[in-house]
Amino acid sequence: MLEELYSEMIKDHGNRPRNCRLMQDATSQAPGFNRTCGDSLMLYLKVKDGVIEDASFVGDGCQIFKASASLMTDRLKGKTAAEAQELFNSVHEVLTSDVPISSELGKLAVLGGVRKFPMRVKCATLAWHTMMNALNHAAEPASTE
Amino acid sequence: MSSLSSQVSTTFDVERIREDFPVLKQTIHGKPLVYLDSAATAQKPFAVIDAIRKFHEVDCANIHRGVHELSQRSTAAYEETRSKTKKFLNSKSKSELIFVRGTTEGINLVSSSWGRKNVKEGDEIIVSAMEHHSNIVPWQMLCEETGAKLRVIPMNERGELILEEYEKLLNPRTKMVAFCHVSNALGTINPAKQMIEMAHQAGALALVDGAQAAPHLKIDVQSLDADFYTFSGHKVFGPTGIGILYGKSNLLNAMPPYQGGGDMILNVTFEKTTYNALPYKFEAGTPNIAGGIGLGAALDYANQIGLDKIASYEHELLVYGTEALSQIPGLKLIGTAKEKAAVLSFVIEDLHPHDIGTVLDLEGIAVRTGHHCAQPVMDFFQLPATTRASLAFYNTHQEIDSLVAGIKKAKEVLL
Repeated sequence: MLEELYSEMIKDHGNRPRNCRLMQDATSQAPGFNRTCGDSLMLYLKVKDGVIEDASFVGDGCQIFKASASLMTDRLKGKTAAEAQELFNSVHEVLTSDVPISSELGKLAVLGGVRKFPMRVKCATLAWHTMMNALNHAAEPASTE
Repeated sequence: MSSLSSQVSTTFDVERIREDFPVLKQTIHGKPLVYLDSAATAQKPFAVIDAIRKFHEVDCANIHRGVHELSQRSTAAYEETRSKTKKFLNSKSKSELIFVRGTTEGINLVSSSWGRKNVKEGDEIIVSAMEHHSNIVPWQMLCEETGAKLRVIPMNERGELILEEYEKLLNPRTKMVAFCHVSNALGTINPAKQMIEMAHQAGALALVDGAQAAPHLKIDVQSLDADFYTFSGHKVFGPTGIGILYGKSNLLNAMPPYQGGGDMILNVTFEKTTYNALPYKFEAGTPNIAGGIGLGAALDYANQIGLDKIASYEHELLVYGTEALSQIPGLKLIGTAKEKAAVLSFVIEDLHPHDIGTVLDLEGIAVRTGHHCAQPVMDFFQLPATTRASLAFYNTHQEIDSLVAGIKKAKEVLL
């Protein structure tokens, strides 16, 4: 069970997150913060002609949170806003229900291991909600608590 | 570690005591439960569970009303807890003991009732840097409402309050000093008697948050000369939703009621209501009767074992745990005060407390991870969170060994 949650992929992305950098030329950014556990990030997107050209984040928190943010920012590059929304929906469904994990998710499928740990789902979803806020230019910071 | 764990206390029969706590006899994820979260809530002995059950099965009725047999029984059982608390806190009289929902409500009662009447613009309230949010926010709310100023006693790197700085904060504008007897996040035992005396010399009152002290220390409100002292039932092996506020009777008498309703009145007409005497003036509405009776059973239980024995056994566990955890590479204890209750708060290099907490849970070990409702403490140590193992007298040396093994496993799994 533990190996399912902390798979090699989660550990790799959690301990050495990709795209963990400030983005000076972001077209939109949004903060996310889970008060009780302290996971927090600023998410940056560079959207050009409706396509996400670059995605990055700075922040700190647990391994699940960092791995999710790392995998997400990797995956978003080259996606349209509509595709990003679809990805959000798929990941959200995988994390919060017991639907079979589709092979279309690719690397993101490892996030499915989190759903057996209800207390940790909020860690995995924070970056995703923050991403949706950045796309929608939401006024309030994202939180999944 | 196993060789160290053979240094088991010979004066304290912990295995006998564990028989009294049914919750401890279970497995979690296939491993024996190791409950190290007693500072969040303590487990309940059969004595408490049975007292609550007996009330609901045999004696259930509202209190202070009706002349029937059940009402008399429930009133007697509930009021008996006040007598037991008088002994537990060594208060002068039962009428100085008010049933509240818990420490949080105890503090809010004082900040609302005493505070609104006595605190004016320009006055000052002092709290400490290691307070739980429940002993910060009510005073902040009072300050916002009245224009008073909130001042904070700083602490050092070990998590001890700096009394010289406290002395400097005290002045004729100081109206109240509110601080914890024992810190929930760090385990520090504050020199309450001395701090109260200092407040009194400046002409201020002192409120002590005893939530973490009541389960571990012998408390004597008269010797402390505390003006207010409050604790929660559920941290002292009783049920949730019940607690006690002690206040000196002259202060309580001069305070306006906190809430209006049944039981707190003597006479009600649409023109004028006269309020009941202490302690009932502050006890509006039907209270948590079962909780009050359960609390009485819990205090009896703790007294039977003896708070002195509890404190000494827990200190033994603390010393053992401190030594064992200190040997783990990369682990740093947060809160290393000289005077400390059995709380082991720590961080580990490159590991987040929530990941540690999840690995430990799968080993059957329950710890608290997070900011422990003391965000200013976390800010002081520049940490988002810690992992906290908090011990009680039903914990064993072997359980500390399990914690150490669990932490080592977490390092293996996560890094």
